[in-house]
Amino acid sequence: MRSDILKLLEKNGKLAAEEIAIRLDLAVEKVEEVIKQLEEDEVIVNYCALVDWDKIEREMVTALIDVKVTRERGIGFDEVAKRIYKFSEVSSVFLMSGGYDLSVKVEERTMKEVALFVAEKLATIDQIQSTATHFMLKTYKKDGVVFKKGSQEDERLVISP
Amino acid sequence: MNWEEVIAPRVHQVPPSGIRKFFDLVSEVDDVISLGVGEPDFVTPWHIREASFYSLERGDTMYTSNYGLLELRKEITKNLKANYNVSYTPEEEVLVTVGVSEALDLALRALVKEGDEVILPEPCYVSYKPSTILAGGRAVKVQTSCENEFKLTAEDLERVISEQSKILILCYPNNPTGAIMERDELLEIAQVVKEHDLIVLADEIYAELTYGKEHTSFASLPGMKERTILFNGFSKAYAMTGWRIGYATAPKPIIQAMMKIHQYTMLCAPIISQKAALEALRNGRKEVDKMIDAYNQRKRVITKGLNDMGLDCFEPQGAFYAFPSIERTGLSSEEFAEMLLQEEGVVVIPGEVFGESGRGFIRCSYASSLDNIYEALTRIERFIKKI
Repeated sequence: MRSDILKLLEKNGKLAAEEIAIRLDLAVEKVEEVIKQLEEDEVIVNYCALVDWDKIEREMVTALIDVKVTRERGIGFDEVAKRIYKFSEVSSVFLMSGGYDLSVKVEERTMKEVALFVAEKLATIDQIQSTATHFMLKTYKKDGVVFKKGSQEDERLVISP
Repeated sequence: MNWEEVIAPRVHQVPPSGIRKFFDLVSEVDDVISLGVGEPDFVTPWHIREASFYSLERGDTMYTSNYGLLELRKEITKNLKANYNVSYTPEEEVLVTVGVSEALDLALRALVKEGDEVILPEPCYVSYKPSTILAGGRAVKVQTSCENEFKLTAEDLERVISEQSKILILCYPNNPTGAIMERDELLEIAQVVKEHDLIVLADEIYAELTYGKEHTSFASLPGMKERTILFNGFSKAYAMTGWRIGYATAPKPIIQAMMKIHQYTMLCAPIISQKAALEALRNGRKEVDKMIDAYNQRKRVITKGLNDMGLDCFEPQGAFYAFPSIERTGLSSEEFAEMLLQEEGVVVIPGEVFGESGRGFIRCSYASSLDNIYEALTRIERFIKKI
């Protein structure tokens, strides 16, 4: 039941408890209670909107930076990640398997600002061995939602047996 | 040329389609929201569409065996065994067809002798009666009722059986009512079927779409496989209506008889659709489950909405239709549907299109987005308050 509620909220954070109750055939009070508990346990961390920024005129660039970390005794990935995520420019940090260790997403107004942030702040952290910066050019799909102009028409016959 | 005289009397016997006139009405109304659609609103899952691109690239553009690709028949039998515990031999007891509609037509043509009676529990899918007439049979109706949640009862069935009775067509989960029949209820029907030596055409196209209750295949009941032709396909569960692909499974002699007609009329189902169906059976479970989940949520929204506004609606257990009574509005279901369309732009199908016992009911398909369902409910409620 918890994961059913979470699945619905993950898709639409504005969904009212009454609506969830109908769709999952549960009592409203029960749904409210579960959501409250999920919030308290920080399973639900935040409610936010999924925005297609490409539709808005604004100066903002997003970069994904592959970061390789040199490990030292007593300093693990968590410590390095913490030093990185404290920067307000950084919007996400993931620990990765494969060719590099941390994937860091940075948002700035210009490419130059991102480059400066990488050169001056990120690359200068002792444990960071190397960085590779990729700028994101366009969002096609995010969190399961395809970003496109206009929604597709329902082309089915209006009536069928 | 006087075509009226030239055209075969059999075709004249087929009554005109009850939904035809709604097509004309709809074209005159703007901003229409349709709960009148008998097919999924989902597009065929991407992995199935993608598999068909690859298949075309490889050059799969030829005829297949009249029976259908053997690997598809094998996958079909594997699936039927796993899901419904019925065993068929892929080499001899499966025929892949152009949808269940073709398979039903083949079965009726292969079985019906002039004057044989085909028993149709109503309300039922609109093609059963015309197909029966075109095959030279006599359609005998047996009415089901809302009190029994539109299930067929052994008693009612007994009442219509005569010397000429030969075939019983069962469709559960049911279009248009959303009714299902559970194992113990089907066992009672099986008893009557055996006693009167009937053949059952079990149209189980909505088998995958049940909500909370498991589907029982009629062929899985003791002694019934030998007298059942089981129909299923890909249109509903896999959202593949336009691919026109389905199948029938049955004892060898009847499959052979059906194949004889199929080979001279259709030759085989399109290979591209057969390849897509193969992918659907092999890797489609996850997507089907997602769609079932979505239908289930919409079903709860629409039945609650209809009941709350006073249109009594039993909780459908399968397919994607709600079948509320509109009797308390004082309108006939046809008047209701027509006025609702003209005044609020909402399309629903009057119940009598599916048979007499559908009178006083409307079919509302919830194969539509939740946004559409909410909007339709708002408009229906406004309409009811006006009348």
